[in-house]
Amino acid sequence: MKWWRDARVRGIIWQVVLFLAVVWFGWSIYDNTITNLESRGITTGFRFLNEEAGFAILQTLIPFDESYTFGRTFLVGLLNTLLVSFIGVICATLLGFLVGIARLSSNWLVQKLASVYIEIFRNIPLLLQIFFWYFAVLQALPGPRQSMSLGEVFFLNVRGLYLPSIIQNPGFGWVWIALAVGLVAGYFYKRHANKVQNDTGKQLPGVRVWIAAALGLPAIALVMTGMPFDWEIAKLQGFNFQGGITIIPELGALALALTVYTATYIAEIVRSGIQAVDKGQTEAASALGLHNWQILRLVVIPQAMRVIIPPLSSQYMNLIKNSSLATAIGYPDLVSVFAGTTLNQTGQAVEIIFMTMGVYLTTSLIVSVLMNMYNRKVALVER
Amino acid sequence: MTVRSLLLAGLTLAISQTSFADTTLEQVKARGSLNCGVSTGLPGFSSPDSKGRWSGIDVDICRSMAAASLGDATKVKFIPLTAKERFTALQSGEIDVLSRNTTWTITRDTSLGLNFAGVNYYDGQGFMVNKNLGVKSALELSGASVCIQAGTTTELNLADYFRLNNMKYTAITFDTSDQTVKGYESGRCDVLTSDQSQLYALRIRLKRPGNAVVLPEIISKEPLGPVVRQGDDQWLNIARWSLFAMINAEELGLTKNNAESQKNSKNPAVKRFMNAAGVSPALGLKTDWAYQIVKQVGNYGEVFERTVGAGSPLKISRGVNRLWSDGGIQYAPPLR
Repeated sequence: MKWWRDARVRGIIWQVVLFLAVVWFGWSIYDNTITNLESRGITTGFRFLNEEAGFAILQTLIPFDESYTFGRTFLVGLLNTLLVSFIGVICATLLGFLVGIARLSSNWLVQKLASVYIEIFRNIPLLLQIFFWYFAVLQALPGPRQSMSLGEVFFLNVRGLYLPSIIQNPGFGWVWIALAVGLVAGYFYKRHANKVQNDTGKQLPGVRVWIAAALGLPAIALVMTGMPFDWEIAKLQGFNFQGGITIIPELGALALALTVYTATYIAEIVRSGIQAVDKGQTEAASALGLHNWQILRLVVIPQAMRVIIPPLSSQYMNLIKNSSLATAIGYPDLVSVFAGTTLNQTGQAVEIIFMTMGVYLTTSLIVSVLMNMYNRKVALVER
Repeated sequence: MTVRSLLLAGLTLAISQTSFADTTLEQVKARGSLNCGVSTGLPGFSSPDSKGRWSGIDVDICRSMAAASLGDATKVKFIPLTAKERFTALQSGEIDVLSRNTTWTITRDTSLGLNFAGVNYYDGQGFMVNKNLGVKSALELSGASVCIQAGTTTELNLADYFRLNNMKYTAITFDTSDQTVKGYESGRCDVLTSDQSQLYALRIRLKRPGNAVVLPEIISKEPLGPVVRQGDDQWLNIARWSLFAMINAEELGLTKNNAESQKNSKNPAVKRFMNAAGVSPALGLKTDWAYQIVKQVGNYGEVFERTVGAGSPLKISRGVNRLWSDGGIQYAPPLR
């Protein structure tokens, strides 16, 4: 047989040709872009990342002022995106599970309420919901001088929610150590409790002890060291409240909208997951004498998770990508700060959009990998 | 077979290269209309009325360029752009000219592949606050929250000014001027900062304009003018001289109404104006391009009065925007 009639050899040749074509295609796009940008007198390259930014950002998780660089604005925006995404994912998961389970409740009112919530918030575009929470709800709050307050410690006004912050005095380190010890001790106790149950069938109060240890030990440490901390309460000074912790309304509105919107989808995913578990499982568990909550927690949800996880990871990725709508209400996320303000101040559109797309691609891939790892753990193990 | 068709598609894409042989003027003539980038709605500068007809001092720049290049001031397609979108729209060729209260700075002029054609409005950045705050000067603003439009020189000037005077502020940045006004009205911020002309324009959109005061300080120079792509000198000259023709017309006393009767004037300067292509054949425009601008759009003073000046709701005084001969700094090189 001639070598070019060999299917395997031809396969390899085609693979190589295709690979070279893809590389050449990518390179010519890159080369075209650079040549065209230069011929039009547009500066290219990543040098701008080291230049002074010269503008301020509303919320920064790391130190930042006007004298920091554009590279720093990238970090600030990235962290703000991650913050709101993280809050959104946690809250949407909790709310979604709650509503999903409620929708299958035998209580007529609870079930209908869950259905109505899902149908309303799933069918309104997210951008409108963000506008609603921000402009209609949060912006209707009173000004700083007429703030609502709770015991003159917590304040709520149109500029945000003001919480007291903790100032740690020397000796506070013991509280952190106690917390760590409590968590580790609780973990080993829980393992012990599981082992006892596996060996003897006797149930020890595992999780409750864990929580008690994680809260109790730091409390004891606090008392022993003589309460080594102070509260800093926000005070109205001049135009605004100063001091304490401020949760800006932009963050509140965005996190709320993302949570409420994504939770409807998660609720439906949870519902379908639970319904996918055979009814016989519930009946069998019931026959064993487990009560409703135990049936749900020990029998139904673990099996439902196998159905729930894959679509749930898509929802997480959607939430992260949707957080870029922040730009509509001025929450300083990556798109608003970096692909917005920084792009406009420097004009380096190609580089900045490239970096921004890279960030969303990377975070989505990371979420996907983590969820797949979890999925493999809960997947049905066949013997 | 899919592999082969894919390869073919890749090949054609890689080989085909866009040609930029056509000049902007040729493109505009072939299209029969001028694509003009304007703001998303700023009274006096560029805003659409209830019938969708755009008006304003920035809009009239585009109309005069259409009158010069196509002989018809109405042949303009207006494309509303936010501050963030404007330069990319021009760079990518989506618009032929950007006339959107854009400040002329060295970075924008030299590193974006753009050229500024001139200044149609000399502005400066100011502050607007609520009367109830009792603030009389910008120097009393330490600790205030400030609403700004994202991606503007305003944002940088503000930072400079507060840094220079050792004052603190919280920047609340919005995408459009509409959102900025909403933020100011709801009390999200104490101060709204922008070019002074814009403050007046935004103030008339407030529910109670009387409650807002514009502070006396002007903290920056903001020369605003039309922008074109770099690398097409002919088009840059058309943008530049369309503006200069309007300013020269005011100096020569030519108006929308008397342009017709002045056509056979004995004044040599007016004569040159009426046959402007005679002194500038390289522009590639019709003989009477300058005349068409005055006839269809008006001279600079007329445009100023009806868009932002005494004849408009904004009632901004001419100030430094008076002609040089009246003590202002508006000055156009001669048409000769």
